[in-house]
Amino acid sequence: MDSKRYDSARIGDAVFKGTAWFFAASVIALMALIFAVLLKESWLSINAFGLGFIWTSTWDPVAMQFGALPSIYGTIVSSAIAIVIAVPISIGIAIFLTEMAPKRLKGPIGAAIELLASIPSIIYGMWGLFIFAPFLSEHVEPFLIDYLGFIPLFTGAPLGIGMLPAGFILAIMIIPFISSVSRDIFQMVPPMLKESGYGVGATKWEVIRKIVLPYTRSGVIGAVILGLGRALGETMAVTFLIGNAQEIHASLLEPATSISATLANEFTEAVEDLYLSSLVELGLILFVITFVVLGLAKLLISRFSYQGGKF
Amino acid sequence: MKDKFTIKDLNFWYGEKQALKNISLVAKDRKVTALIGPSGCGKTTFLRCLNRMHDLYPGNRYKGEILLDGRNILDKGLDLIKLRSKVGMVFQKPTPFPMSIYENIAFGLKLMGVKSKSEISGRVEKALKDSALWEEIKNRLNEPALSLSGGQQQRLCIARAVAVEPEVILMDEPCSALDPVATAKIEDLMTVLKQSYTVIIVTHNMQQAARVSEFTGFFMLGEVVEFDTTERIFTAPSNKLTEDYITGRFG
Repeated sequence: MDSKRYDSARIGDAVFKGTAWFFAASVIALMALIFAVLLKESWLSINAFGLGFIWTSTWDPVAMQFGALPSIYGTIVSSAIAIVIAVPISIGIAIFLTEMAPKRLKGPIGAAIELLASIPSIIYGMWGLFIFAPFLSEHVEPFLIDYLGFIPLFTGAPLGIGMLPAGFILAIMIIPFISSVSRDIFQMVPPMLKESGYGVGATKWEVIRKIVLPYTRSGVIGAVILGLGRALGETMAVTFLIGNAQEIHASLLEPATSISATLANEFTEAVEDLYLSSLVELGLILFVITFVVLGLAKLLISRFSYQGGKF
Repeated sequence: MKDKFTIKDLNFWYGEKQALKNISLVAKDRKVTALIGPSGCGKTTFLRCLNRMHDLYPGNRYKGEILLDGRNILDKGLDLIKLRSKVGMVFQKPTPFPMSIYENIAFGLKLMGVKSKSEISGRVEKALKDSALWEEIKNRLNEPALSLSGGQQQRLCIARAVAVEPEVILMDEPCSALDPVATAKIEDLMTVLKQSYTVIIVTHNMQQAARVSEFTGFFMLGEVVEFDTTERIFTAPSNKLTEDYITGRFG
């Protein structure tokens, strides 16, 4: 190779490397920048309320007293409800699609799930408010109150909007995510490994429970966290269904709020600096919660993951 | 010498594609039967008929008879779970389950309904001794099976197959992913195993077939070209194709 061509190739490589570096680093820079802006904009509120902001449950724009607890509580509880409902259903769907469904069903069901994932959240919110909430208030919630009313979680009036309906709609929204990612993960189990299970006389159930699930554990946890991340930040559908009350109740049937619902509802009304700043601080808290959840997930995955697989 | 497996006019289709044509051969009890032939000739397909592994996937079809101790295992309504605990299998690559070494072997025993802890641990130890692995790993039983080397993993898979006390062990190129030392250990193991089990092995390595087996079947294009004692196949084959293959003229 003549040296001229060699030089230009080397410069090309260096430019390419630099560009790739720049794009990769911009992700981290963007992240830091978002954090910095959130911190700066919420400084007023941080100064006024201090750490107490996190565990104060008063949210009174008239008196200019703000506390984030109802929103934080609502975010965490509605997401937890969603995960509890969505995980078993999603794993069931994924197992059905990979291990049991006849070939001609696999395609249509898989496609339907991916379509569900692509429905805009405002549609879920409207459907939730106009169809799902009346259904819940007429059929599901009276049943819960009658038969499980002795548990404080299910007391109150069957309004159709509140923490539980928000959890339900979140569950419906994250099922497509968790199930399609889990399906892809289950498909990566080597057929030979499953055949070995059948080879020692295992049934389908035993192969799934003892071989497929343990083998894919870390991936499935990752899928669940992905769903959780979406549930924590979901705004429109939750705003439609959670009831938007800055209150904390033991009962899941009562109206509540979440960080994103509070932000969506009140940003346009917040004219005072302190009010606006408190809302931004809520945003900052959501940012931190999501960050911590994803961090924990990474930690869990690395702890659980299977070491040294040789396939 | 008893016949363990008697195969009569076996045909097999993957969907529309016929993969096996009129296979007839016999696997003698407590002997090693080797199946050789070029890639894609149907050896592995044939082996997987013997524990009906093909049934896991839709669209596969058998015709003919596979008699195990005189009973046709292609009969409708046959309990596949029972069949597979009688006819164990070892694969081309080690397939340890994602659990500890101990649990890998206890797995099949628990499936069979063995409840007693002491019986399970006794049989795990015996299986590991039978597969010449015990001395190397007796202090590591609770470590993940995937921490073993490839050769150890493969012997673990043999131990796992042996633990449920099958009557036949099918081996599908069990040494293809292993180095020569590990291969030699598995071959030694086969000569021990045949004292208690019928072994049927698919191999690409003709020296291996010659070393370990008593009977050899030569497959080509989905048919058995020649089936005879290993000695005759390798010294005086009656078919020209067999001779060409074992002398390395093709394949």
